[in-house]
Amino acid sequence: MKKKIYYFDHAATTPVKPEVLAEMIPYFTAHYGNPSSIYSLGRDTKEAINTARERVAKGIGAKPNEIYFTGCGTEADNWAIKGVAGAYKDKGRHIITSAIEHHAVLHTCASLEKEGFEITYVNPDSEGIIHPEDVEKAIRPDTILISIMFANNEIGTVQDIASLCKIAHKHDILFHTDAVQATGAIYYNVKDLDVDMLSMSAHKLYGPKGIGALYIKNGVRPDVFMDGGAQERHRRGGTENVAGIAGFGKAMEMAIDGIEEKSCYIATMRDYLIQSIEEKIPYVKLNGHREQRLPNNVNFSFRFIEGESLLLSLDLKGIAASSGSACTSGSLDPSHVLLAIGLPHEIAHGSLRLTIGEETTMEQMDYVVSSLVEIVERLRNMSPLYEDFKKTQN
Amino acid sequence: MYTEKVMEEFSNPKNVGEIPDANAIGEVGNAVCGDIMKIYMKIENDVIVDVKFKTFGCGAAIATSSMATQMVIGKTVDEALKLTNKQVLDELGGLPPQKIHCSVLAEEAIAAALKNYFENEGREVPDSLKNKCTGNCESCHIHDAK
Repeated sequence: MKKKIYYFDHAATTPVKPEVLAEMIPYFTAHYGNPSSIYSLGRDTKEAINTARERVAKGIGAKPNEIYFTGCGTEADNWAIKGVAGAYKDKGRHIITSAIEHHAVLHTCASLEKEGFEITYVNPDSEGIIHPEDVEKAIRPDTILISIMFANNEIGTVQDIASLCKIAHKHDILFHTDAVQATGAIYYNVKDLDVDMLSMSAHKLYGPKGIGALYIKNGVRPDVFMDGGAQERHRRGGTENVAGIAGFGKAMEMAIDGIEEKSCYIATMRDYLIQSIEEKIPYVKLNGHREQRLPNNVNFSFRFIEGESLLLSLDLKGIAASSGSACTSGSLDPSHVLLAIGLPHEIAHGSLRLTIGEETTMEQMDYVVSSLVEIVERLRNMSPLYEDFKKTQN
Repeated sequence: MYTEKVMEEFSNPKNVGEIPDANAIGEVGNAVCGDIMKIYMKIENDVIVDVKFKTFGCGAAIATSSMATQMVIGKTVDEALKLTNKQVLDELGGLPPQKIHCSVLAEEAIAAALKNYFENEGREVPDSLKNKCTGNCESCHIHDAK
């Protein structure tokens, strides 16, 4: 018998919706033409790209010609940051970002540091908020770009992007945001936010893997990312991933349909999960901001136990989740995000991220909580840290 | 990632717990690194009659603790002194490269308990036990994989 899977890792990726897949399939089979070709077989695929571009643009309040498809969210982040660095290096070589960015941004910045750029990493507060005044303090005459993520992938904290962007523009600096987690989860409009560039990824919103996009406001000119043909208005060469693009368009259209009601519903589910864990398990700490938080994100530290053994135990019960523990990252240090919000190493090692989705049910959440109660107790009874702690309590 | 044997030891670890009247206790690793192993032994006439462990750590740390305790129970102190991380690894069918240090920690935890036994008995600590992990990661020369 196939084991039932309880999927609580929607921040890692989401399943492709059947309607999205249906939209993609013809572009592998009947409509296989190269969109750059002149004959009708190519025109069909060109049309599919145009439709998808309109859908993605509409989803975030942009114009279609401000959407550039990329291979993934990471590529969009690379393009935005390296593209501005290359185009504006004569104006300055200083970039501001935050200490809690995804590695797609952090490692891109680290690579620019090797080329002589200087990066300031603004620290968050203990709930993961990046304060606009801290960003403003970091601004220098040679600052050319500020890149702050919209919503954190680990702890779910959502930033006040409009205020952060305002600070950047007050000083005539470009603003980019990595909105990979926020897009499809919460409603926003790029024109209201006024951001110059914004990164997205389809597979976080029930679309396919291998397709992302960068919104580039008209008038903003980062360097060309991929030299090649005339695709993506000469700025990102390479034959388009037509099926992926079509899937992204459909996934965005579906994600945006009733997004405010859906966000609200998922946030209610999230709060139920948070409350259940807090009620049933002692010595836990919710990581991230309680309200200014992605509707689907739950992140707890369970004291006295280590995250990987927690994940393995959950996996044995069919539950898929993730952790900021060092043992799952391949390094000796726990998550940079958890350390940046001030968690001591031993508490950061015991973190667990549960991210829910549209298909998550109350029964599934109850199953996860009852499993957690059992697993945490078992691991704590094995832990010398818990043994020491209990002695101090007596 | 893990062998079936590792998962079995992790899911149903043997010898978990404490020994109230232990006459040898060893603790290695620290919470900052994310691994602590604490070994309790009851040793009579240089024979290890009981062993228990408590471990804070990943799946591999728990599995190696369980395996190492099973490998020394009923053995003489001299036999237990010869336990190596390689033997623990072999019994588990291997570990992923980034988890090898867990088997080293298990060897060290056993050694730390044995060292404690010699000290408690007022006997000279064998040379082979003198250069083992002290549980202080700051000055660690064994785990400096960073």
